[in-house]
Amino acid sequence: MLTPRSLDEALALKAEHPGALPVEGGTDVLVELNFDRRRPDAILNLNEVPELKVWAREEGILRLGAGVTYTEILHGPVAALQPALAEASRTVGSPQIRNRGTLGGNLGTASPAGDALPPLLVEGAEVELASVRGVRTMPLREFLVGPKRNALEPDELISAVLVRPSGAPQTFMKVGPRNAMVIAVVSLALSADRERGELRASFGSAGPVPGFVTAPIAERESFAEQVAEAATPIDDVRGTAAYRRHALRVLAGRALERCLA
Amino acid sequence: MRISLRVNGEEREADVWGGESLLFALREGLGLPGSKNACEQGECGSCSVLLDGELVCACLVLAAQADGHEVTTVEGMADGEELHPVQEAYVQAGAVQCGFCTPGLVVATADLLARIPDPSDDEIREALSGNVCRCTGYAKIFDAVRLAAAVR
Repeated sequence: MLTPRSLDEALALKAEHPGALPVEGGTDVLVELNFDRRRPDAILNLNEVPELKVWAREEGILRLGAGVTYTEILHGPVAALQPALAEASRTVGSPQIRNRGTLGGNLGTASPAGDALPPLLVEGAEVELASVRGVRTMPLREFLVGPKRNALEPDELISAVLVRPSGAPQTFMKVGPRNAMVIAVVSLALSADRERGELRASFGSAGPVPGFVTAPIAERESFAEQVAEAATPIDDVRGTAAYRRHALRVLAGRALERCLA
Repeated sequence: MRISLRVNGEEREADVWGGESLLFALREGLGLPGSKNACEQGECGSCSVLLDGELVCACLVLAAQADGHEVTTVEGMADGEELHPVQEAYVQAGAVQCGFCTPGLVVATADLLARIPDPSDDEIREALSGNVCRCTGYAKIFDAVRLAAAVR
């Protein structure tokens, strides 16, 4: 167990122990450890790295530290700047999970069902990756490369998510057996950006990575269909491919109504 | 590794291994079996404790992450022989069937009432959404939360 007290120390430890598994809130990692699905060489506890816990807004860019929790997004000033992300955060697990689970953890896990991912994708978010070699940013769309796979190099840590809030009407919806404690059967974030004349949608649990669809606002009539067509769902324990595509079409229709009202 | 933490107002030390959960350390190392071990994946809420005053599932926190921090378990709620008002309300309302989920619910209820002293039914529902009662005794649990809110 490695517990750095600063970001510099964390990066030095990650360079020295590239096999170390980073853990923030632990809401994904502990499940794997408790069930002995994973036995990492070392664990890098990021809880004591203050730089990761803060968010700031500078020159129109919102910088959300990787250790910012869903509860902080939901109940803090970030909610007004990223409404769909706040809605998504409210659907994550339970209060216990939201108090511990972090944005950085959601990106690190890179699940196709990650609740924070669709809202960040419709807002064109970038990921900030840090290592002893320096800092680089990449679009979130490029960062998510497959189911539970991301573009992190072994010596890198996710340090922040960067987003320029569009201010566009946006929403998030999720289908599951109940409102709490649900891994999305399918999820959808949608925004209607009148300034750019653009509709943007991103969906989860309906492809190997969250999908992304954009179209001119003039195509609003066919947009729900475009979203459903863009999905590449599979049958699994949580639902069938056919149901997921159908649900996405319905969600997109409702989300459009909400955002264009 | 050896960790030092404050548990229920007392300075404690425990020997833990890297992948050990806080729940395991509380139950097996620190002699506090009140937090229950059931799903080990954050689904059931039976292990709910306060970590630095925040409601968490102890099964999803590494014991080593609690080093230097403060933990309150259900054992820390009563004042000597005097039950915490939330505990008393659960007794009065008969909100206990098999009792396995009760410690987690009591901690979660106390956390809710500390934030929202007079919660609506929807607020109760959302706040306790991570605590599962397999006996399905939710109606009495709601009674207990309302009673605890009323006597505060």
